[in-house]
Amino acid sequence: MTLAKHAGIAILAAVVLLAVTSKLDSFRQYQLAQVAATVIAVAGLTVLIGISGQISIGHGAFMFIGGYSTALLVMHLNWPLALVIVASAIVAGVAGAIMGVAAARLRGPYLAGATLMLAVALPAVAFQWQGVFGGDQGLNFTVSTPGFLGANFQLTEWQAWVCCVSALIVLVLLANLLRSRVGRNWQALRDNETAAALAGLNVANLRVRAFIVSAACAGVGGSLLAMTMLNVTPGAFTLALSIQLLTAVVLGGLGSLAGAIWGGIILVLVPPFLTNFAGSHGFSAGSASVPIVGYGLVLIVVMLVFPAGIQGGVRRLLGLARPTSAGQVSVFGRRWQLAWKSAGSRSGVGDAADNAVGSEAAGNHTAASEAAAQDGLTEEGTR
Amino acid sequence: MNRSHRLGFAPLAALAAVAMLVAACGSNSSSSSGALQASAPGVTAKTITVGSTQPLTGIAAPGYDEIAPASNAYFQYVNAHGGVYGRKIVYKYLNDQYNSSITTTDVRQLILQDHVFAIFNGLGTPTHLAVAPFINAEKVPDLFVASGCACWNATSSWPQTFGWQLNYIREGKILGSYIAANFKGKKIAFFYQDDEFGLDGVKGLSEEIPASQVVAKEPYNVAAANPAAEVGTLAAALKASGAQVVVTFAVPAFMAILRLSDLGLGYNPTIVSSSVGSDPQTLAGLLNTFAKKSGSFGTSLIQGIITDSYLPSLGGNDSWIQLFTKIHNQYIPKLPLDGNVLYGMSVGYTFVQALLKAGRNPTRQDLVNAVNGGLPQGVSVAPYAYSSGDHDGITGAFMAEIKNGVISPLGPVQVTDTTATGAVTADNTAQPPAPTSGIP
Repeated sequence: MTLAKHAGIAILAAVVLLAVTSKLDSFRQYQLAQVAATVIAVAGLTVLIGISGQISIGHGAFMFIGGYSTALLVMHLNWPLALVIVASAIVAGVAGAIMGVAAARLRGPYLAGATLMLAVALPAVAFQWQGVFGGDQGLNFTVSTPGFLGANFQLTEWQAWVCCVSALIVLVLLANLLRSRVGRNWQALRDNETAAALAGLNVANLRVRAFIVSAACAGVGGSLLAMTMLNVTPGAFTLALSIQLLTAVVLGGLGSLAGAIWGGIILVLVPPFLTNFAGSHGFSAGSASVPIVGYGLVLIVVMLVFPAGIQGGVRRLLGLARPTSAGQVSVFGRRWQLAWKSAGSRSGVGDAADNAVGSEAAGNHTAASEAAAQDGLTEEGTR
Repeated sequence: MNRSHRLGFAPLAALAAVAMLVAACGSNSSSSSGALQASAPGVTAKTITVGSTQPLTGIAAPGYDEIAPASNAYFQYVNAHGGVYGRKIVYKYLNDQYNSSITTTDVRQLILQDHVFAIFNGLGTPTHLAVAPFINAEKVPDLFVASGCACWNATSSWPQTFGWQLNYIREGKILGSYIAANFKGKKIAFFYQDDEFGLDGVKGLSEEIPASQVVAKEPYNVAAANPAAEVGTLAAALKASGAQVVVTFAVPAFMAILRLSDLGLGYNPTIVSSSVGSDPQTLAGLLNTFAKKSGSFGTSLIQGIITDSYLPSLGGNDSWIQLFTKIHNQYIPKLPLDGNVLYGMSVGYTFVQALLKAGRNPTRQDLVNAVNGGLPQGVSVAPYAYSSGDHDGITGAFMAEIKNGVISPLGPVQVTDTTATGAVTADNTAQPPAPTSGIP
């Protein structure tokens, strides 16, 4: 039922996007493709942080893995596009599993440090084996539009299609995953790990799984980004990218897939907009920091006006916010408002962290959620 | 019903709305009047728009961020004196931070959205390598890449791309032949950037310097997370090798760090540097900044560096330097009059040469054909190599030494080619003086 509804929305969105794409000029198509690719990576990260309660400031590394996998597969094996994307996701997912095993033992700043290390260290691989990875200048490759679209079909439009459709598929899969038992267990874990463990959930296993899903998403994002830019370079996957992804997650709305879409849009479109704005408003090229300052201002303003991110703000404006005091997530010892629970307290069933199992227990969904959680308990408990 | 993870309509609708909005403000149109027509993308009756990618911030910015403003100053001078057949040059350069992934997006913006007539002087070897395939696929002229990589001379795969400055193989050969003649029997080491820039340079050097004299080769990674630590280790290795002469193919920031590391180690070899990293004012400024010193500290650390130059010496007083000093003082008085400004104006001059030759109502192909037909020697000390089968630019340079912060010539102009067997020979043809109008 849920799957059908999510799929229905996605198909509708796909139709709209495809129709709109053909009206765009090629640079906008290119940007749309970038946005879609970025949304996938941000969505993966928001699941990891907002839902499973772990942190990663090294997600650019998984995009690096996805991107380079794609470049190498296209250049050397010339696999079909869909297969390349899936393979890139798998490679990144395996890397995520390895990272996840380490992550399962680490908490808070230690986990952040470990993932940070990954983001700093991995691009060096490209320099170490220059013959394979092309060093500083990376790898250039080409993809072509499929024959049935005709010879004059714009490559950028095809890239935008591929990226948008992939993004919608990933979002539908994630949305369903989050509403499955695994998703609910992740939330239980996030809200109170001890309680979750007492309830019989296999904490380490769940944490690793979250890392795998999240890394695979980043891998798909990196893969599509590479296909859009037609090159991969270490410079595309710096630590700055990892931080930007984190920023996009918080900015869009922590833990919200819809927020990931906002985050992706901001990450891709705001910096060039500010650059052009600065250029056309009399700032000389010497003041190259204007866009950076502008981006910082956007960040500050959004966090002040919408503490629960843009999606939280939109929900509040539309009156859709769920009235509950729950829905915060603790990262770095700070409590962050979750995107879909931005309004003040009404029923006050209790702070999620104090609740035995999950923020789902808050509000008027208590019964269903607890039932689900108990389902999880018996399942895991009998092992 | 749980709203928490549903794909809301709102952001999707917003995405679609953004997409439609940007669709509305696409496509340009241009009108024609009189004999001057909108003959190509980026060319209107009144303007010619050209684009570039430049490191205005980031590791490569010190010094190089002056190049595009200097080119622009020259274009403004041309615009103020009648323009190119009456058209004004509009120069749009975007900051790529010397990061290939940003270059990739910037170039797409310039070509697909801003519809520039040509890409001019895109800066950087790794950065421009990432975009040359795209620029050529779009059949956009890619003139005078700001990099001496020999790779720009690829007329069959990249027919739109042209180099300009002395390429690193030629430069390596010219430096190498000087070293072979003047440092016989000395121990020599190479310090170079671990990419096409450094590798081409080492290739040229190795063709002239006997391998038995080379005691160490230390490449650095320009994207190193901690440049000081990276260079510190390499400098120690250079000292340990006992090299008496260190030849460098490095960008200014890494040159400066190397000099400071040497100072810390008490190691004082003779430095022979590629012109890329030897602009005295840039280097002295960086040394002062990095070491938090002022005054003559920087200048004293670069005294005696041996280098080469393919443009007139700033210390001299020839007609070119007079012309560029005048333009500098009028349009960009706040920037130092250094090698980077000289470079930017010189390459701008060459571009105007090509534009004029391309004709009154040029197409993109006309511009490419113009350079393929060869350009007369102008601002450079040696002739250009341009022909339909050769997209290399300047073919030679003179050796020089840094004395009191100024590049001072050590001999006549040397020219060579990029082959292993091609000799390095003196070129005694006189460089033509600058036109009195300042316009080719």
